[in-house]
Amino acid sequence: MSEYSFTGKPVRKVVEKVIESSLLLCALSCILTIFLIILFIITQGMPIILKEGPVDFVLGTTWDPYNDIYNILPMIIGTFVVTLLSLAIAVPLGLGCAMLIAEVAPYQVRGIIRPAIETLAAIPSIIYGLFGLIVLVPFIRDYIVPFARDYIAWMPLVGDLVGAKGNGFGVLAAGVILAVMILPTIISISEDSLRAVPRELREGSLAIGATKWQMITGIVTPAALSGIIAGVVLGMGRAIGETMAVLMVAGNSPIIPTSLLSMTRPMTSAIVLEWNYATGDHQTALFAIGIVLLFVIMILNLIIYLGKRKKLNVARM
Amino acid sequence: MLESFYPVTAIIFMTVLSMVFILFTACFYIFYISLLSVHRLYLTPHSLTNRYKVNKQMLNKKSLVAFLTIAIIGIAAMALGCTSPTPTATPLPNASPTAAPVSGTIKVVGSTSVQPYATDLSDKFTEKYPNAIAQVSGGGSGAGIKAAQDGTAQIGMSSRELTQAEKDSGLKETVIAYDGIAIVVNNANAVSDLTTAQIKDIFAGNITNWKDVGGSDAAITVVTREAGSGTRTAFQEIVMGKVNITTGAVVQSSTGGITQTVAGDRNAIGYISYGSLDNSVKALKVNGVVPSTSTIKDKTYKIQRPFLYVTKGEPTDAVARAFIAFTLSPEGQAILASGKLVTV
Repeated sequence: MSEYSFTGKPVRKVVEKVIESSLLLCALSCILTIFLIILFIITQGMPIILKEGPVDFVLGTTWDPYNDIYNILPMIIGTFVVTLLSLAIAVPLGLGCAMLIAEVAPYQVRGIIRPAIETLAAIPSIIYGLFGLIVLVPFIRDYIVPFARDYIAWMPLVGDLVGAKGNGFGVLAAGVILAVMILPTIISISEDSLRAVPRELREGSLAIGATKWQMITGIVTPAALSGIIAGVVLGMGRAIGETMAVLMVAGNSPIIPTSLLSMTRPMTSAIVLEWNYATGDHQTALFAIGIVLLFVIMILNLIIYLGKRKKLNVARM
Repeated sequence: MLESFYPVTAIIFMTVLSMVFILFTACFYIFYISLLSVHRLYLTPHSLTNRYKVNKQMLNKKSLVAFLTIAIIGIAAMALGCTSPTPTATPLPNASPTAAPVSGTIKVVGSTSVQPYATDLSDKFTEKYPNAIAQVSGGGSGAGIKAAQDGTAQIGMSSRELTQAEKDSGLKETVIAYDGIAIVVNNANAVSDLTTAQIKDIFAGNITNWKDVGGSDAAITVVTREAGSGTRTAFQEIVMGKVNITTGAVVQSSTGGITQTVAGDRNAIGYISYGSLDNSVKALKVNGVVPSTSTIKDKTYKIQRPFLYVTKGEPTDAVARAFIAFTLSPEGQAILASGKLVTV
């Protein structure tokens, strides 16, 4: 019985207790860490929000540390514009790619695409930033801006939306870089949820005469929709939280972006940009941006959480 | 600025670190247990075979060794983290054995631009004279000059010249270094000379095309440092005065970011500390004067400012005298030079 000593009753009880308590410890340490971080950010940032007034802080348009004016509307809009653009690029691309891998491509093709996407996810964000600064920004400045000026600017609405002036830095560059960064998240989660759709649904739709394309768009995708949405929301979270790559290509001027080619300063960049030398109220204001950012991300997480409770087909995160 | 809430950060950092450590060990432990239990689950029916015995023992040993190793590494890391960071600087060979032992505390107050350098100097000063302490604090050039005047500080720091009235009131200035700022453009830019007024207009957003200052017909990309940076503050003071830098400027948070942007964009203009200048960008002449160590020293290059120690007459305090002498010694000047300043 010696080899059973581990599973023997008294020992087993002790082991059970140890496992239980270490699990509890894990859970508690997570909660405590999050609690500490939130507490820290709020205690550091709250004074300036109270000083400027919450409404002015969030809805004012001037960020001028030299004159002690800290309003962050341009940053909030910057974050949302850049995130929306990256989603607009990454969602169709990612969904298409997920459909290809999950439904269309033969095994060998999947064997090539899947690792490539995983590598994409593993590239550090600073590398994306360097790529953006050296390749993307000059490309936009030298080709897209003249093109927009000569061929798009005359159009009534689109012209205004795209803009005609720019130096390469800005919403477009940041959006494209972010789109590439969140693609892996969207692809892998969408693919998993597409795969999780029961075989019977596919067979049934094919059996009643649907083409493969009809099957994918009409049956499988709607069935996996909640998982796909979860993937998109996760990607959105990453886009909002991304800092370094955006900092390097967004141009960082604290103005409300009015077009695709105008510069912007999202919230994360705003914090890291001025952190080094900020003192006093300026530093507090950067913490206060952190509060807003944390708030936005927490709302997003809440959405994911509520969505998940409806028993989504999210196989893995 | 960080000192004020350093304890809070330290506590939180340590807490988070220990949490992560606990988390890690706990996860590892669970992993280890689960390995065992999976093993048990699948192999128990055949548990009486020898293979099972051997496997289980091997697994036990391996996991135990791994567990112990990681625990030891973790504990060692924590222990290292707990010990306060001791200055690792090796004691300098005492170059001047004649350094008379001075003791006491002086206050050095003033310009926030000089402050970081003075803090470095003060650290090294105390290393050399263990009983002498120079307490450095900020407040701005004006506050520094005032503090020197009314005696609340033995030494005031200023990043601007003293006015004649201030000199007449008996203050003595000692230039410790010069802070020069180079205006840089792309190497392909045809413009090579601007006046300070033109530079001001460009950075204020009043001149937006290179053709207005003698260049080709192309929009100017203004590149600036982030608010709060020492270089930007200096540029603001020397060139811009009360006028704000245009919000349409690209903001980069480092000298590298500025040079990279200017080197990559043929229509860009930016400014960097003179000490950081390299060949990837072209430094403009300002009012016809090339920026160089000598033109900065003789003040013909305009975009520069002196860093001053201000004292009320000749300092009488021994520590203050020693601190000024230390700043002007080769050792002190080397510290200033490493901070991209032009030494005297």
